[in-house]
Amino acid sequence: MPLTYDELCRRTRERDRSLREKIMSLDEAAALVPDGAWVGIGGSTMSRTPMALVWALIRAGRRNVVCSRGISSSEGELLFASGASRHLITSWFSLGIVWGVSRIMRAYTESNRAIFEEWSHMAMGMRFRAGAMGVPFLPMRSMLGSDVIAQLPEAKAIDCPFTGEKLVLVPALNPDFALIHVQRCDAYGNAQIDGLPFMDLDLAMAASRVILTTERVVSNDQIRRRPDHTKIPFFAVDAVVEVPFGCAPHECYGVYEPLFEHLDRYANALKPDPEQGIRDYLERYFYEPKTWTEYLDRLGLAELLDAARRGKTIYDD
Amino acid sequence: MTTEAPYTASELLAVMSARLLRDGQVVFAGVGIPLLAATLAQRLHGPGLTILFEGGTIGAYVEPGQLPPSTNEQRCTRRANMVLGSTDVLLLLQRGYVDVGFMGGAQIDQYGNLNSSFIGRPERPVTRLPGTGGGNDIASLTQMIVAMKHEKRRFVEQVDFVTSPGFLSGGDSRRTAGLAAGGMFRVVTDLGLLGFDEQSKRMNLLALHPGVNASEVQANTGFELLTAPDLPLTEAPTDNELAVLRHLDPDRLYTA
Repeated sequence: MPLTYDELCRRTRERDRSLREKIMSLDEAAALVPDGAWVGIGGSTMSRTPMALVWALIRAGRRNVVCSRGISSSEGELLFASGASRHLITSWFSLGIVWGVSRIMRAYTESNRAIFEEWSHMAMGMRFRAGAMGVPFLPMRSMLGSDVIAQLPEAKAIDCPFTGEKLVLVPALNPDFALIHVQRCDAYGNAQIDGLPFMDLDLAMAASRVILTTERVVSNDQIRRRPDHTKIPFFAVDAVVEVPFGCAPHECYGVYEPLFEHLDRYANALKPDPEQGIRDYLERYFYEPKTWTEYLDRLGLAELLDAARRGKTIYDD
Repeated sequence: MTTEAPYTASELLAVMSARLLRDGQVVFAGVGIPLLAATLAQRLHGPGLTILFEGGTIGAYVEPGQLPPSTNEQRCTRRANMVLGSTDVLLLLQRGYVDVGFMGGAQIDQYGNLNSSFIGRPERPVTRLPGTGGGNDIASLTQMIVAMKHEKRRFVEQVDFVTSPGFLSGGDSRRTAGLAAGGMFRVVTDLGLLGFDEQSKRMNLLALHPGVNASEVQANTGFELLTAPDLPLTEAPTDNELAVLRHLDPDRLYTA
């Protein structure tokens, strides 16, 4: 059910939206998110995934977080396998074409240990957009006649009061928290996103609170030199964490591409016994490292440098 | 294939579906064979073909050997005309700017309905598949080309789950359900080219690939195919088509 407008307004009113510095550590940011919270995850598939925040939530032992994302990938597998989430609202959930269907998604959903609630990709977008607009739903024209809508009691097929045409109404999604990774933002949270924005602008404005991770914290002066690049305004942001390589092993547009070799190894390690494979992976990459830098150290300098070289080729031929 | 062909089934799919795309069209392509075939068409005969990806790319120009893992990574945007939000690129379908939707499928039925969600019953699936992504939106809102391997387990009388609507239960049921635009146009397989009967909306066989006969296609199809008595043969992939294709996918990421 979408939030009532009273509740939506109350949540906005009670936030400290003053112009203030919001820089904190990854652990402090993760501590803002309680068990059972509704969390919208920015980026899409393997691009601009807020991996460092996912990493921090899993390490903090968070439970029963209800996640939503346009398209989900390995971060969804890690959230399921760690027990941090048992419910993912998304349009597509697997690794990527070269790695086949997610074995973890299959294992958890086929045994009913976790829910993969499937909406069409545009429906996910319209749900975040309705949330961002402060309205309880938006109409759209796909999903009609399919079994996708038949599985979704929250989506309503109606006759348009103006034209009489059939439409689908999808309810606003106003997550308690949005987790979004950006290329740069200032200490106040004015955030600039390069390349594909996915649904992150709507997600940020829909959420009750926004936690940003950023490749770099820059000065407010730098932000003001290119205000056309600013996509999320500071007053919508509650926390800023500077995390270099904060999407790794996924990509951050123009900064680094996915760490393909690492992802190959990850997918191969999950083949013989997916659940044991991902437990070992979580142990080695999520629980054992004491800091994000140590995590990056385990990903390996050679692969990080190669990913960064490939990432920058979008600007430098 | 009855004889050893100098190309893989995936390469045949890519070439045959690339030929269906026309210069000047706007095509919304999914990852895999559709992305590759659209790029191939762009390089062969469609320099003015505009490729859209659901990650938010307009006018993609994917580079040889730089195929993306999905349609959401930066590789999709290189030399594109525009990047925009994924919701906004999907809304272009709804607004009517897209001529052709182009995707693959795990399972298809006689009315062109696609399943990429569940094998078996949704409440107790044998296999949970990755889901719709933008597939439902594309198939709901525009004319569709589907490229997939021709196997009996994939070509079924009725899909277990309608993820992306074709002609639903045939006739005018698609329109009655409220889907006023689009519908299935062509299904390209490694055995032939298929379309849909104008009235009944049942799948029909339109052409055979070299070395394939109609009974072979029927034997690999889980429902009765409408078939004309004299079926044309498609022209085998040319050396040039295969050379450009292999240049685009030298590591055979999509065409293994």
